[in-house]
This record gives sequence, structure tokens and C-alpha cells, in this order.
Amino acid sequence: MTFYDYLLLFGGMGLVTYLPRALPLLYLAHRKIPQWLIDWLSLIPVAILSALLAPSLFTDAATRSLAFGKLEFLVAIPTLLFALKTRSLGGTVLVGMLLYWLFEAVAGGWGLGAG
Amino acid sequence: MHKNPHDSQAGKPAEVLRDGSNAAWPICLGYFPIGLALGVLAQKAGLPCWAVAMMSVLVFAGSAQFICVAMLAAGASTPAIILTTFVINLRHVLMSSALAVYLQGVSRRFLALYSYGVTDESFAVNLTRFREGNWDRYRALVVNHLANSVWIMATVCGALVGQFVPQGALGIDYALTGMFICLLVFQLQGRIYILTGLLAALISVAWYLLVPGDSYIVGASMCAATIGYLLKRRHRRSK
Repeated sequence: MTFYDYLLLFGGMGLVTYLPRALPLLYLAHRKIPQWLIDWLSLIPVAILSALLAPSLFTDAATRSLAFGKLEFLVAIPTLLFALKTRSLGGTVLVGMLLYWLFEAVAGGWGLGAG
Repeated sequence: MHKNPHDSQAGKPAEVLRDGSNAAWPICLGYFPIGLALGVLAQKAGLPCWAVAMMSVLVFAGSAQFICVAMLAAGASTPAIILTTFVINLRHVLMSSALAVYLQGVSRRFLALYSYGVTDESFAVNLTRFREGNWDRYRALVVNHLANSVWIMATVCGALVGQFVPQGALGIDYALTGMFICLLVFQLQGRIYILTGLLAALISVAWYLLVPGDSYIVGASMCAATIGYLLKRRHRRSK
């Protein structure tokens, strides 16, 4: 692919990425948003976060099937408890990473012992 | 002149920059390994380093970029890749609409610049801060652009030296999941929010299993928010 092929591809991708982000903001920020829409939109963040997270915790991406007891899910429980208790974003990120790293090492250790 | 109420808190540029960085670092921590991975994959798919940089500057959208690289490697056509990108990024319509509640009356020029950096992560961080108060559009813009700079750097690094970085070091692959978990906790401000979150989890998993593609994010969040909204309205009326 030449420079212009890439420019065309990424320019096109950029445009269809930008417009869905810009148009609602440009439109809604200068109008009085009706109360029902504000109420509905106030539930969107919790719904989106949940919809982003849940499939990664409860399903296997490769086979696209249910998977209970995934490492991601096991680590999510103490991470969630830590977030509820401390309400610290940075702390939760670090605790999640640390636990994931430890769990992975332990799971790997068991794998070696069994094999 | 209409004056935005958030402007009164703007403060000195150094403070704005500091507050913005304090809010953005978990995003940056999470973006780094993902950006590296993208750079490595892009390089393996035959993209030159400058093309990776161009992609990250023009298309600041991680999941769409991964899919683009996979489609390029599979020999897909330019229109097919652009159409796929469009569908994947439609979810940002919802996020921008939710942010508009906090950016009322802000100039179009600012919004045009701000929109560029609306990603899943910057949306979640900024919306949480806006809601808690004590946040304004300049700090939010710093979050967007810091995240973007780290993303561009990480993807280019990945294309240059990524193959030497060990996989999964220090649990860094879990950074964004951990961040989303905590931001989800911040959103749980009453029974109706908990219920909506549970509904979204249930619907998204079912949708993900039944429907190919990425429509589960938009589909499940709109369904769950609508059910939550209707329940809330019924509850209010019955009182």
C-alpha cells in the first residue's frame, strides 16, 4: 500500500470515528435537553460500563461461549470489594493488576505441578 | 453572553494540567500495553511505522484499530474496513449524548476539538468527575489529549520495539478492567442504577453469545437504560 492508500483508509476511518462523537455533542449542547432524555442518559454510563465488562468476565472470546470461573472474573471480585470500600480509582487499578499478576502466577504454578 | 457555570472553576493552567493528569493516569497505564500490542500486530501485518502513527492520529479508537489491522492482514478492502469502523464506533453516539448534559452552551469550536478524544475510557473518567462536580471542560480536555498522546506513543513504540516486550508483565493487562470496575462502582448511586447495571450485564452477555459482532455494547446498554428508565418512572408515579 502506498502513502495515499493509507491516507484514504485512515482518513475514512477517522471520519466515521469522529462524526458519531461530534454530532451528538454539537447538536445537544446548544439545545434544551428534555428531562426524560436527561433521566434516560443518566442511566447510560452504568449500562455501558456493565455491558463493556460483563462479556469479558463471563465469556470466552475465542469460542464466544459462556465461561464461568475465568481468571478475569475471580480477580474482579476482590477488585470490586476494594473499589466499594476505598472508592479510589488509582488504588483499584493497582490492586486489580497486582491480584491478576499473582493469580496468574499461582494458576501457572498449579498448571506446572499438575503436568 | 451565556456563561458556562463550569468556567468559574477553571483556575491556573498548571492546576488544570495537574488535575487532568491525576485523572488520566489510570487510562494511560491501561493504554500503554494495549498500544504496544497493537503496534506489534500492525508491524507483523506489514504496516510501516509511519502508517501506525498516522492511524493512531487520525483514528483514536483502539478496538477499531485492532480490527483494521486484522482486516488488512486478511486482505479486506478499504470500504469494508471503513464500514466496520463506523459500526464499531456507533456506541460513542451514546457517550457523547451523555456528556452533552455537562457541556451545555460550550462553543462549537471547543466541542469539535473535544469530540476527537471521546473514547470509552475518557468518557467514563470524565463523566464520573463531571457528576461529582469540581470538574470542568478544560480538565476534561486534558484527560482526552493525555490519553491520546500516550496512545500514539505506545502504538508507535509497539511497531518499533514491541516484539522484545514480555507478554503480561506485572498484570498490566488488567489495568483497564480494574479501571472499569471502579468507575462502575462510582456509578452505583441508588437501587435503580444497580438494577440497570445488572440488567446490562445480563443482556450484554446473552447478546454477545447470540449475535456476532460488537452490537452487544450499544444494544444491551440501550435496552437496560430504557428498562431502568421505565421502572423508575412507574415507581415515581405509583407514589
